[in-house]
Amino acid sequence: MAAPVLRQVGSLLASLVLAAAAISVLAFAPWWLLLAGLLLLALWTLSTRIGRQSWSVTQVGLATIPQRLGACSVVVVGIAGVVAVLVALLAMAAGFEATLRQSGTDDTAIVMRAGAQTELNSVLDRDSAALVAQAPQVLRDAQGRPIASPELVLAASLPKKSNGLDANVEIRGIGERAWSLRPGVRVTAGRRFGPGLRELIVGKGAREQFAGLDPGATLALNGQTWTVVGAFDSDDAHNSELWADTDVVAATYRRGSSTASVTVRLTGADAFDAFKAGLASDPRLTVDVKSTRAYYSDQSAQLSKLIRVLGITIATIMAIGAVFGALNTMYAAVATRGREIATLRAIGFRAAPVIVSVLLETMLLALLGGLLGALVTWVLFNHYTVSTLGSNFTQVVFAFQVSAPVLWTGLKWALAIGLIGGLFPALRAARLPVTAGLREL
Amino acid sequence: MKYLQLIWAAMFRRKTRTIFTLLSVLAAFLLFGLLDSVRSAFATAANSVAGVDRLITVSKISFTLQLPKSLLERIEALPGVQSVAYANWFGGIYQDPKNFFANEAVADNFLDLYPEWQLTPEERRAFRNTRTGAVVGESLATKFHWKLGDKIPLQATIFPQKNGGNTWTFDLVGIYRVADPKQKSQENILFFNWNYFDEARAFGNGNVGWYTLRVTDRDRAQQVAQAVDALSVNSDHETKTQTEQAFNAAFVSQFGDIGLIVGAIMGAVFFTLILLTGNTMAQAVRERIPELAVLKTIGFSNQSVLGLVLAESVLLILLGGAVGLLLAGVVVDAVRAAIGTSVPMQRVGAAIWLRGLGLMLLIGLIVGALPARRGMRLRIVDALAGR
Repeated sequence: MAAPVLRQVGSLLASLVLAAAAISVLAFAPWWLLLAGLLLLALWTLSTRIGRQSWSVTQVGLATIPQRLGACSVVVVGIAGVVAVLVALLAMAAGFEATLRQSGTDDTAIVMRAGAQTELNSVLDRDSAALVAQAPQVLRDAQGRPIASPELVLAASLPKKSNGLDANVEIRGIGERAWSLRPGVRVTAGRRFGPGLRELIVGKGAREQFAGLDPGATLALNGQTWTVVGAFDSDDAHNSELWADTDVVAATYRRGSSTASVTVRLTGADAFDAFKAGLASDPRLTVDVKSTRAYYSDQSAQLSKLIRVLGITIATIMAIGAVFGALNTMYAAVATRGREIATLRAIGFRAAPVIVSVLLETMLLALLGGLLGALVTWVLFNHYTVSTLGSNFTQVVFAFQVSAPVLWTGLKWALAIGLIGGLFPALRAARLPVTAGLREL
Repeated sequence: MKYLQLIWAAMFRRKTRTIFTLLSVLAAFLLFGLLDSVRSAFATAANSVAGVDRLITVSKISFTLQLPKSLLERIEALPGVQSVAYANWFGGIYQDPKNFFANEAVADNFLDLYPEWQLTPEERRAFRNTRTGAVVGESLATKFHWKLGDKIPLQATIFPQKNGGNTWTFDLVGIYRVADPKQKSQENILFFNWNYFDEARAFGNGNVGWYTLRVTDRDRAQQVAQAVDALSVNSDHETKTQTEQAFNAAFVSQFGDIGLIVGAIMGAVFFTLILLTGNTMAQAVRERIPELAVLKTIGFSNQSVLGLVLAESVLLILLGGAVGLLLAGVVVDAVRAAIGTSVPMQRVGAAIWLRGLGLMLLIGLIVGALPARRGMRLRIVDALAGR
């Protein structure tokens, strides 16, 4: 009495361990390892006897799919749903991260008041800003002037196009050398603002998200009228900003001669440590120095981690639901094919081809679901632009990035769900008593 | 009710299948509970009923800009204004930026505008009389194990001190509580005296971050807001006054459209769920056609067969869904206990349950509709003959 129960428990444990092992391989394997595994599988089905048997049994299984379309679509759509949600959230995190990471480089550095954390909080007086620009590690242009930009970050409240509610857009006052500091910035419409004038040039993202920022428009800031004279595209977080002359912005916002930060181009990425040490040892300055890469990457760390954790939590719960859906479908499939499987066993087929065929069938359905989910997300969300509150209390505009690694993660999840959903029904199929199966109906 | 046993027996005719389906439904409603808890937390932050008779006046350009303190007396003099207080965002960091919580320098009458924050008269007096005094909410005090008399050092991010120091140290003299469980997240603020702040800060002296005012008649809030904004029109510090509720709603909406994201995810989840359980129900009815025919033979009407199948699918979803929501409640409570009430998750209360039950009923009916119709329309002769 005890022995069969023990054997059942044992085989259940064994299959659980097997499933866990397979999933961890799936989770951590790079794509080429899986491709190699796939090739091996193909080789096996072609070259060995059992392999060929498995393939023909699988073909029979696949041929019956049109008869149970409803049940199979449960597997496909269930997994597609999981993959779509997972990929969408991961693409959101990746997009936010990439936008901010691209905003910085290793050979430019930002200098703020010690402890300020963000430019919004920082205040540097004019003397400090001038001292920073004179550091020997700062690159100089053809005329011998340091490539440094004293900048001021402020906000204006403008209605968003999406809901008409006011949100904060970032206004960045930049120095005249800012354009050589950020050579990637292209003016896409109109022209740059004129020095000393109340003129603005708007980033691509800000123009898309906020109303009334097309070239030629005017807006009132602190009772003064400013004109939008152009638009730029920087492919990074600066796209969420409006740029103007630092001195004019400071005057409008009654900031006197102070700035928030100084961004400089260094002679090279390797000059950063010397630059930082030089400023730290200067008794006239109390500043924090960061490479712009580090500064912008830090800003994305928290939110992108939060989105990832949320995405994986939600997808895990959905995956549990989808696994049970797949289990139902495949158990039903095995049950309806019970007679056929028993016949195969009776005429001499071994258990392995049966197991492999059920597993392969589920994995193929899962793969189809994964591809469907990935495709839907890609079509709906790739380059879908949204904005959220950034660290300067202003909107940061970013686009979803449905990239290859993100899609690959989605497919791996699909395969893992298919594996669990198929494994147990496959084992049941193999253990089906032949005589009972033949007698059925 | 008398058919419950029959429905129950039909449901568990195939135990494994029903249990797997129940587990799928459970997963879906666990997710619904969690997501709706987050969505409700953001919605509550935007729509707290408590703030309808309070107005917030900030700079028209951006709430991050300062306003002159000289506005205070002019606002106080306006008709319809009961009392006015002012405050500054401080943005200090306690030990590590990860420990973020709001900390604000407030005028000594600021807390009086918020009767829902319960503070004993002694603590209130101590706060007024201690220059470096601070009060915090109970949740925040619990999180950092603070007790009355503790010294709390904050690293300034915006406001260094005049003497060049960057560390501000406060004496904890009061701990306030918020009774309404939905508003518990408001217990995560540290308040300290604006006078001390203004004396000691290196710059910006004489400016305030915002004004909070209480109106005598909430129906006239709109006129009061317009009157306040008229005070500074065409000056270099124009203001924007709105109800606290509208201000919060605008702030929350800046994070992104939480409702839309949650809605999209729930759409994907329930679409999948309907397909999955729909398939199970169809299978279950298909298998039972002869049994349904027997029921009809012994006198069950078409309508009762329809009702039986519908009841079965509704019961299936209700069972799984209720367990899922219960589980969601446990998870939310666990998360709130672990991280604190500042986490944007509302307890799974009556409102979420009501929405959940409504959805369960709806999905149960949708899922059961087609199979039930099939059961109702079947002809006894054909069904018994297996045609």
